[in-house]
Amino acid sequence: VNLWVLRGLRDGVVTTRWPRRADEYADSWRGPVTVTAGANAPDAAALCPTGAITAADGWVRLDQGKCVLCGRCVAQRPDVFAWSAGATGPGAAALARQALVVPQAPETDEAVEAARAALAERTAALRRSVHVRHVDAGSDGSEEWEIQALLGPVYDIQRLGVFFTASPRHADVLLVTGAGTAGMAGPLRTTYEGMPDPRVVIAAGADAASGGLLGEQLTGVAGTVPVDVWVPGSPPSPFGILNALLIATGKLR
Amino acid sequence: MTITSTEPSVIALWDTLAARIDRGDRFAGLFAVPRNGAVMLSAQVATSGSVDTLEAALPSGAAGYPALTPRVGAAFWYERVIHDETGIVPEGHPRLAPLIRPGNPEDHALPRHVAGYGLFTIPHGPVRSGVFESMEYLVETPGEAIPHLNMRIFYKHRGIAARFTGMTVADGVLLAERAEGIASVAHTLAFCHAVEAIADCEIPREAALVRVVHAELERIANHLDVAMRLADAAGLAVATARFALHKERVLRLVSALCGSRFGRGVVVPGGVSAFPRKRPAEILGDIGKLERQVTADADTLMATSSFLDRLRGTGPLLPGRAREHGALGPIGKASGYADDARVARPYDAYPLLDAGPVAQHSAGDAMARLRVRFDEIAQAFHFIKQALSDFPERTRLTLQAPCPPADGRAVGWAEAPQGEVLYDVTLDEGRIARCQPRSASFHNLVLMHEVFAGDILTDFPFIEASFGLSVAGAAL
Repeated sequence: VNLWVLRGLRDGVVTTRWPRRADEYADSWRGPVTVTAGANAPDAAALCPTGAITAADGWVRLDQGKCVLCGRCVAQRPDVFAWSAGATGPGAAALARQALVVPQAPETDEAVEAARAALAERTAALRRSVHVRHVDAGSDGSEEWEIQALLGPVYDIQRLGVFFTASPRHADVLLVTGAGTAGMAGPLRTTYEGMPDPRVVIAAGADAASGGLLGEQLTGVAGTVPVDVWVPGSPPSPFGILNALLIATGKLR
Repeated sequence: MTITSTEPSVIALWDTLAARIDRGDRFAGLFAVPRNGAVMLSAQVATSGSVDTLEAALPSGAAGYPALTPRVGAAFWYERVIHDETGIVPEGHPRLAPLIRPGNPEDHALPRHVAGYGLFTIPHGPVRSGVFESMEYLVETPGEAIPHLNMRIFYKHRGIAARFTGMTVADGVLLAERAEGIASVAHTLAFCHAVEAIADCEIPREAALVRVVHAELERIANHLDVAMRLADAAGLAVATARFALHKERVLRLVSALCGSRFGRGVVVPGGVSAFPRKRPAEILGDIGKLERQVTADADTLMATSSFLDRLRGTGPLLPGRAREHGALGPIGKASGYADDARVARPYDAYPLLDAGPVAQHSAGDAMARLRVRFDEIAQAFHFIKQALSDFPERTRLTLQAPCPPADGRAVGWAEAPQGEVLYDVTLDEGRIARCQPRSASFHNLVLMHEVFAGDILTDFPFIEASFGLSVAGAAL
């Protein structure tokens, strides 16, 4: 055991300083695709394997809740699409499902503001420490790795007053991953109902938001639990999930 | 080269299969395949150099067939899946409970297989304590010992195999990456190997080297994850943090090479989509540093007696059972049964590279499985260093060989961190007519039924972590 004391001191502090300081890895993260030009590209929709791209009335829009980051559209039409940069910030977590559609429609702003106000009111009591219950509702397994990473020394989520809990009775936040399988609908609902108010639901990843590539048969978790915060990505990065947890609990705006 | 042969009847298929297993071939899978209005039973047999497919048609309208499980025990879960998906009854199957389809919730009463005073069943899952994938363990126990264990994986069944049907090959690559997200590279490799076999396409040497680098980085990340979970189960906070740190470093290296922490988007039919974004010499520097750090912590872990005491003799899989079942990957290797696709049926750049010495373990317990994983980490570093040293100069490199969509059927394979992954792919007019993935997680998870001899409830997390499987890959 003495050996481990020395091993533990070997690399010094490896923990990120984010959100107090910027983090290079978080800022260099290649996020979901955005639309850089409202160019007339009526054939762009056919590029997307998940139907995230729509072209109507001369406007190309991309639903980041469906984007699985395959990059096909960026490769084929770099004049219209580009990778977004950075895993954190207000844009990396959406407070309304339609806010994941870029460029945002004018009415989205109002919806987001309304959702933000409602969430802030609900979570006013959660400012200090929060407890999170994670539920996998049919993920591919990679999201669990990224959430698990938050408990490691690099992200060290406890330093921000966020703790994972086994019991839904102790949980303030429900962190859901996965495309929403039939088998998990019941257990997910039961977990949500077991949580005391106020409770916040985060849908982490494109699978949870829309079913992703399985969108034809599974459509995400919003039909089972009321989602407050949406995180794009397939899977989202640990910074993206951390960012969403802090936004959901009012620790970050 | 994949050989498909058709037998005149199911019984003849079982006879051929049993004869081949007696000769030393390995049972690798059994599926029901609808074809031209009939249902074919399609068995996969791994042999040195290839994976063969043996088939027999069921009589039209047949409601059942004589089960294979009584003759080949490894078919136990495969036949339950056939029953779940088609309703066809494998007659004589010992336990036809739902496996990947929930069935009727009314039937979900806690099963009792062991009777006796004070015995009860602990339902553990599907929402479990901690960050886990969803599955349910039904632990029958008198309080400490675990005389019987049942597993329910249907909570996570996503219908991956069905989703493949009708997809383009390019979309199929994306879905294969997400079949078992922590083994994205291996699944995509197996899928692409099948597509390349159909198109008779040989990939460029430099693309094959890049594939090896990514496949081995994925293996290192997965094995570090297992070491981290085992250390966590033993309450070794520093060791848990150290292995979590190393795993994060590997994932960051992967994302520096390709933009994805899981190597997604790298492997495409005919080669790779791009070369690593770092120069080989730079990656070699990173790899050398990582290897020194991981090795030092692994050595310390294997000298921590309080940790080893929890692993030694825990969750033993007997060598005879491992061979009989055809246990894949580290689980088989720890029980003296090593059938590594990289060696037995080499692909990509593996024929060009030296596999190095592979230590043999036969104790079959959680400690042997961890030893195998540390051996495999060392071997993975060895492969990566060779692949990068061999890497030609940046000028005049070919990313992909042309791989025009052709019609046909082939089985592709790759050695995932969990063991061999198989993809049986049929292409028709440039689209996927059928794609049947088979993960090592599915083949191996059933073995967890029988490794609790003498182990108690507190051994459970060690045994589960030492298996290192993915529920997503098992339930597909």
